[in-house]
Amino acid sequence: MARASTTPRPRLGVVKLASCDGCQLMLLNLEDELLAIADRIDIVEFPEATTHRSSGPYDVVLVEGAVSTPEQLEQIHEVRREAKLLVTIGACATAGGIQAMRNWRDHDAFRAAVYAHPEYIESLATAQPVADYVKVDAELRGCPINAGQLLELVTALLTGRRPDLPDEAVCAACKRAGRVCVMVSQGIPCLGPVTMTGCGALCPGFDRGCYGCFGPRESANVDSLSRGFVHMGRTPSEAGRLFAGFTGYAEPFRGLITELGGVPGTTPVPRATAAPEGAAGHAAPTPAGSPAQAGGQR
Amino acid sequence: MTTDAPAFERSFRVEGITRVEGEGSLHLVVRGGEVTEARLKIFEAPRYFEQVVVGRHPDQVIDIVARICGICPEAYQMSAAGAFESIFGVQVDPQVRALRRLLYAGEYIESHALHVYLLHAPDFLGYASAIDLAKDHRAVVEQGLALKKVGNDLMAVVGGRSIHPVNVRVGGLYRVPARDELLAMRPRLVAALEQAKATLEFVARFDAPPFEREVRLVSLRHPSEYPLFDGRIVSHDGSIDVGIGEWRSVFHEEHHEGTNALHARTATGETYQLGPSARVTIAAEQLHPIAREALEQTGLAGQIARNPFWSIAARGVELVHYCAEAIDIIDAYERPARPFEPWTPRAGAAGWGSEAPRGICWHHWETDAQGMVTRAQIVPPTSQNQGQIEADLRGFAPGVLDLEHAEATRRLEQLIRSYDPCISCATHFIDLTVDAS
Repeated sequence: MARASTTPRPRLGVVKLASCDGCQLMLLNLEDELLAIADRIDIVEFPEATTHRSSGPYDVVLVEGAVSTPEQLEQIHEVRREAKLLVTIGACATAGGIQAMRNWRDHDAFRAAVYAHPEYIESLATAQPVADYVKVDAELRGCPINAGQLLELVTALLTGRRPDLPDEAVCAACKRAGRVCVMVSQGIPCLGPVTMTGCGALCPGFDRGCYGCFGPRESANVDSLSRGFVHMGRTPSEAGRLFAGFTGYAEPFRGLITELGGVPGTTPVPRATAAPEGAAGHAAPTPAGSPAQAGGQR
Repeated sequence: MTTDAPAFERSFRVEGITRVEGEGSLHLVVRGGEVTEARLKIFEAPRYFEQVVVGRHPDQVIDIVARICGICPEAYQMSAAGAFESIFGVQVDPQVRALRRLLYAGEYIESHALHVYLLHAPDFLGYASAIDLAKDHRAVVEQGLALKKVGNDLMAVVGGRSIHPVNVRVGGLYRVPARDELLAMRPRLVAALEQAKATLEFVARFDAPPFEREVRLVSLRHPSEYPLFDGRIVSHDGSIDVGIGEWRSVFHEEHHEGTNALHARTATGETYQLGPSARVTIAAEQLHPIAREALEQTGLAGQIARNPFWSIAARGVELVHYCAEAIDIIDAYERPARPFEPWTPRAGAAGWGSEAPRGICWHHWETDAQGMVTRAQIVPPTSQNQGQIEADLRGFAPGVLDLEHAEATRRLEQLIRSYDPCISCATHFIDLTVDAS
């Protein structure tokens, strides 16, 4: 405690954009460590848990949620200015989350379908990951994030080292857990081969296929896997729909979904008609919501 | 500061209500001692769930609707599953149904322990957060965290994880646990039951602001079970009593300017209260005997029905109930032959509701002949409570005008927190603005 008075404790903020609150809840779910963390870190902003408020500055800020409204767009730039390290937590902040499914559809029609007075509702045409607007220093994936990874990140930040986060497919974790492959043995489509682990291959352990909570791992061969789903009897759009979930807006899932018409209400856009490479290569959800454009306007 | 001069106007603004789930604000104007405006605004960004689910398979929809709320994902999963099972005519195996109750019990223990200890108790004890509370009363906060952890771990055993569990599907579950897996939780639940009783005794000694009013309490009611995902929708005064699918016959939603949530009212435009106080009042007979006895010992049953601040005691009663019921479910468990009943898709429509920790979460789903979703209506509990919260703010505010501004504001926020508003659900931001002009 004497140390706390001489060395200032790191200032942590938790900020929420469009999300379910589940990833910030994970901080409160570190039941065995929460009070010890609070002894070492000054949690200056965490509106879900404390009435104390601070708009910064922060040594570390954890950002949950997708950028989805004009206010959030302003907010994320402000938060970036106030933060030494900005860490995105969860599928919404890192990949746009489930609300990014609207990026393939007509936003005005969505708004009118849900609300009697759509003119009362302010939201951007697209929901985007935070990194589309501001620099992100580190990310924790998952829908929700994994408690162990959160603890590793916080500990690493406290001790000034790089967090040790996994970098392999769900498949690898599944095999190590000694599970029988649900795709091979039961013909259940599974995103395990193309998805980053972090959950401990949870779904195959529950006799179901992975649905991609932690998003695509590097060099994921989504074309091959989706062709496999078609061989297993899915139509191409059904195969695309399996990717069109919580991390569907992350490449290369995004391009595949566009090509296969994976989002309900959309039609397939053959890859040949699109520009040759990268995110923009898949005609999909660009127009009003182009991250570069929207970011540049601010 | 005087407040009684008729021309004097005073306004309370809180632009970011804390210790609630999501983002909202309060704006309250008092003129001449009377509240002329009381608005709880919900700023949470719209996420368009009711559109995202269209064209999707029901099992994928069950995974998607969990993401409406990280604190009560089961409420959304169970309401959706119930509606789909009603459309497709699926009967869930009784042991699988018991496992669903066990999973949902975990959600109650986790959500109520979070609310009682981390969100609401600091109000009663004069702290800004549980972290500040822990500086003076570490053992109290540790007890709350321990209880919360048991709830989370119970959800993980049955559902795979506590936030966005992966085990619910139409017709049942993906996987049913072996008896031994559940038995491993039993001793911890026995300890948690004692902690839950201690919690109720602890909160029953709190000093709740004296604020009694007549209100229409609404919950599910089942003849033999504490209300969770089955039964009828009823009010405590008997004026409402309809089937679980018939919510629309007695309530409707309205869209008001300045909020991203739709407000619900009775057909005659009246507000009503959902949640633990409503359930404990309406379903006192169905409480586990241990919980009923614990409630009686507090002597607070009447207060719980009339004073919204005493919802904290109702949560304590339900913590006791769900720890006790979870033990009973584990003791009676026999692993079912198969985890789910197969079903055949058909075109249809059905409403269903389940009791989220903060009140009835009601859904209406329509499917096409392939079983794909064509239309969805999701009515979260907070948007139903929102009208009653505003009515209570109007009723309660005149009584706090003699207090200094910061204290009056704190009391108003405490009242809002009594409802455990889940604004991420309602659309999703609470922000209480209280300024003196």
